[in-house]
Amino acid sequence: MIEVDDLHKAFGAVKAVDGVSFVARDGEITGLLGPNGAGKTTTLRMLYTLMTPDRGSVRVDGADAAKQPDVVRRRLGVLPDSRGLYKRLTARENIEYFARLQGLDKATMKTRCDSLIAALDMDDIAARRTEGFSQGQRVKTAIARALVHDPRNIILDEPTNGLDVMATRAMRHFLLQLRAEGRCVLFSSHIMQEVAALCDRIVVIAKGRVVACGSADELRAQTGQSNLEEAFVRIIGSDEGLAA
Amino acid sequence: MNTIFIVFLKEVIENLRDRRTITNALIVGPLLGPLLFAGLTSMMITRELDRGEKPIEVSIVGAEHAPNLVEFLKQNGVRPKPPVADGEARVRAQDEDMVLRIPPSYGEAWRAGKTAQVELLFDSSQRDAATPVERLRGLLQAYSSQNGAMRLMARGLSPAVASPLVVASRDQSTPQGRSALLFAMLPYFLILSAFMGGMYLAIDTTAGERERQSLEPLFANPVARWRILAGKLAATFAFAMASLTLSLLAFAQAGRFIPTEKIGMVLDFGPRFAFIALLVMVPLVLLASCLQTLIAAFAKSYREAQTYLSLLLIVPMLPSAMLAVMPIKAQAWMFAVPLLSQHLIITKLVRAEPVSAQQLLLCLACGCAAAAVAALATSRVYHSERLAISG
Repeated sequence: MIEVDDLHKAFGAVKAVDGVSFVARDGEITGLLGPNGAGKTTTLRMLYTLMTPDRGSVRVDGADAAKQPDVVRRRLGVLPDSRGLYKRLTARENIEYFARLQGLDKATMKTRCDSLIAALDMDDIAARRTEGFSQGQRVKTAIARALVHDPRNIILDEPTNGLDVMATRAMRHFLLQLRAEGRCVLFSSHIMQEVAALCDRIVVIAKGRVVACGSADELRAQTGQSNLEEAFVRIIGSDEGLAA
Repeated sequence: MNTIFIVFLKEVIENLRDRRTITNALIVGPLLGPLLFAGLTSMMITRELDRGEKPIEVSIVGAEHAPNLVEFLKQNGVRPKPPVADGEARVRAQDEDMVLRIPPSYGEAWRAGKTAQVELLFDSSQRDAATPVERLRGLLQAYSSQNGAMRLMARGLSPAVASPLVVASRDQSTPQGRSALLFAMLPYFLILSAFMGGMYLAIDTTAGERERQSLEPLFANPVARWRILAGKLAATFAFAMASLTLSLLAFAQAGRFIPTEKIGMVLDFGPRFAFIALLVMVPLVLLASCLQTLIAAFAKSYREAQTYLSLLLIVPMLPSAMLAVMPIKAQAWMFAVPLLSQHLIITKLVRAEPVSAQQLLLCLACGCAAAAVAALATSRVYHSERLAISG
């Protein structure tokens, strides 16, 4: 479970995140929806302790990110906005590097790698160096690497960015599978169809604030719009930066 | 497994697979110095020997006016060339190193017992001609005093009357000392190979990793940043030391092909030299690895980091250039200055001069202190939020 309470982060005079609070529960997919530049990536970066909030707190399974960053990082699987691989290492070596950094022993590392490679359908690319991988192959490797330590909580920043239709479908399927395993899945997106199709709860962010929160039905009811797209536009106040 | 070691191992493996890094760190870097050094040294020695032994070729204008003088010169290793018409112009155009001109009035003055004049045309700005000019001048001087003494004796006087003072020169310089320029280059080549060996790792592990956008996921792991940095620095250091070791081995081989014994010079590239040179280089290589990583951390891209670090390669040239231009005596405080101290100690070692324990300790202690400061500064940059964020 990820609990976010009143996060603030400013870069100079720009308030990137200005009071964001929400809870992402286990066994649910929580979507962070907002236009480009709404503060989604900055919020997520504070969750996985890459950035320190100016104010507010982050708790992952009860552990405070400010006080126990290592505990939090161990409980999180992170697919950040930047998902570069080591191109002179094979896909498997990329995954194993992170497994070692997570402190997995050899036997566990092998089991986890094998099962992730099977689950993500990457048997054909596991032994290849990642130089020249397609976008889809890169994302698969990055996800395997992020999940190698079997984290209970998973954060994905725009996971379907740059993926083609088939890869996007596979990704959605994979997220649902993670939910079925009882994990807490939190992902950000600016694509409302994706969020609507996948999420149990939607947190709408605009200009660094949470402007609405709830299931798709609740959001529709809140705004009195039967059409979800219209509901989002009503909530955010403009349709700038959103994609259908 | 310790996380520092995990990071170290991954960086080493990844960079061993990079052809560019291998070429620069383990082939070009270590071999460039020894090859240049051996080539330049052999060339200098051969030329030095040539100039001492080979006959002086000089164009003599008006040789018919002084047959005895020309005969004397021939006996003493001068090979007269046919006369040239425009001596001044040919010397200025460097067609001739020098021209000896004997005026028609020579014979008349000589027979009259007066001071006869000969003209020596040369260009003193042309360093290559300096030795033959000096040798010819010396021969002419010798001919003059020899005949002067004979004239005095013919008149019943002792030749000593005409030379109340004689200077006996006793040169105390060693052959090593005379090749100061040569030795000033040597530490630079060694330091250069170490700097080049670590450079690509420093760029790849920081600026490169950020440009490839893999730094952010890396930092999401439950590993303290200083441990990640320590692993990366260790890999950079290892490559730099490997490059240095290869360079020392190459110098040991190159040393055999330099004909130093011909000019009585001692070049010591033996195991003792290699060991102490490696030892004194440890703090400097640490310092360089930290500085290179620090600079690479500030650069926005791989290319930018490469530009900055190429400029950093010029820095170790400074003590070499300084000492080549002003060969000053080594002061005690100089052994406390990183780079300068390595330079001085390596120069002493290769000249087979003793290095005191105090000098060695001062060099190591101050070098380590400087490296620690640089490591601390780099660690601070590594802890900044902006480091991981690309673009």
